[in-house]
Amino acid sequence: MSQALATRQRGFSLAQYLICLRGITWREALRFVHQRERFLSALVRPLVWLFIFAAGFRQILGVSIIPPYETYVLYEVYVTPGLIAMIQLFNGMQSSLSMVYDREMGNMRMLLVSPFPRWFLLVSKLLASTAVSILQVYAFLLIAYFWGVQAPTQGYATVLPALVLVGLMLGALGMLLSSLIKQLENFAGVMNFVIFPMFFASSALYPLWLVQQSSPVVYDTCLLNPFTYGVELIRFALYAEVDWTSLAVVGVMTAIFLAGALIAYDPARGLLARRGGG
Amino acid sequence: MSTIIAASRAAATRVLPETPALRVDNVSHFYGARMALKDVSLTAPQAWFTALLGLNGAGKTTLFSLITRLYDTRAGAIQVQGYAVHRYPGEALRRLGVVFQARTLDLDLTVMDNLLYHAALHGMRRGEARARAQEVLVEIGLADRARDPARNLSGGQMRRVEIARALLHRPSLLVLDEPTAGLDIASKSAILRHVRLLVQERGVAVFWATHLLDEIEASDHVVVLHKGQVLAEGEAARIIAQSEAPDLRGAFTVLTEGAGT
Repeated sequence: MSQALATRQRGFSLAQYLICLRGITWREALRFVHQRERFLSALVRPLVWLFIFAAGFRQILGVSIIPPYETYVLYEVYVTPGLIAMIQLFNGMQSSLSMVYDREMGNMRMLLVSPFPRWFLLVSKLLASTAVSILQVYAFLLIAYFWGVQAPTQGYATVLPALVLVGLMLGALGMLLSSLIKQLENFAGVMNFVIFPMFFASSALYPLWLVQQSSPVVYDTCLLNPFTYGVELIRFALYAEVDWTSLAVVGVMTAIFLAGALIAYDPARGLLARRGGG
Repeated sequence: MSTIIAASRAAATRVLPETPALRVDNVSHFYGARMALKDVSLTAPQAWFTALLGLNGAGKTTLFSLITRLYDTRAGAIQVQGYAVHRYPGEALRRLGVVFQARTLDLDLTVMDNLLYHAALHGMRRGEARARAQEVLVEIGLADRARDPARNLSGGQMRRVEIARALLHRPSLLVLDEPTAGLDIASKSAILRHVRLLVQERGVAVFWATHLLDEIEASDHVVVLHKGQVLAEGEAARIIAQSEAPDLRGAFTVLTEGAGT
């Protein structure tokens, strides 16, 4: 490249980066608003678990006093952090599905040919998806509050950073998966192999000491499942506490999933280049 | 901010006269073991209509994916207005307007929201973006459809909006991958006329991929791509004369049969 051209190159200002981030978040929010059934199903799913499943299992599953709880709690109270994480898990996978759809329909290309760095575009999309998931979580918490499942008042604020981090981890996982899925039709299978094992082999529905008593293998599986740590991070944050192990695991797994997604969508090294997608 | 945007426009339109709008040098690309492009070299001159002519499967879409950096070139180099796409992707892409073969409008959003989303992806401020979006919608005669969901538009109207969107950030090179595919005759000719006016009146360089010979005029710069290789490049009239064929169709047949079909 000539010297004349080299001197003319310039990057984007911070304000322009923020404009781009806002645009991607705004589009994600608009899509969510336009798809009302998506919002409803995102809410109905955990509410069914809370209203029906938790009521049914209240008498069967005993929850002893385990941190962060300082007294015996109802099963509804125990299961709420798991259902919050479930909302974020489904949102992460929905976002992944949306990326595969966008890729098939061509919308994804418009994002990828933006002059902003590819990593920034993908991280912006991830942040936008996380923001949408947090809206859903607070709508769920509001309904749960009137159902009698109430966290300490400060917990509604202290849970926010945990929601951001767990949302990023699950969103990054979804993004990584979307790069591995070639066609929309293949998505259902992947969902079955990801969502259900992640959700059920975790501490979302039952405390791990209970799992350990019945099956050491499942207990070990739960310990290897990053979703378990997401649930526990949210559980403690709802009581204005930090579970440092969960924080560390969620932080590291977010970094790993995100790095994988960035590599997969990297124009030079990514899978798209090898198979002609995008 | 307005200073930044003004500078961006100036940078986008100020190019060295000897620099082609698009330059592709010895580019090869493989999907696994399958060769899609082999040693492709071509140029698209400034303020000129360049047609990339090739049958389906010739490698046009792969070349577009490389020009727009959906993925990187592994062999060879591509420059947009003198900027290597691989090395300076931001500088190259901000000078590029893209219309892909597949429809890329978000059907759930309105026409205006589609345009504003694109503007944000180029770092344009909301006020500037809205004004510019109105401007381009007036140009394509769809100002009254700004609030309509994109899914309510006809195929031809969608294509016009996509072209308007590609021009929103004032690129100096517009690349279009078979933009008239699936359109009726009237829509086809309207779009072709609109794009040719952009070349004549605004000096935008156009790189137009097609397999339709009737979209090409004698004065166009033509690149014939066949089975991933460039068979000929130059003014359409010259290619016809060199192949000693009566017209471009004949010249294309001579070239592709010579290369083995």
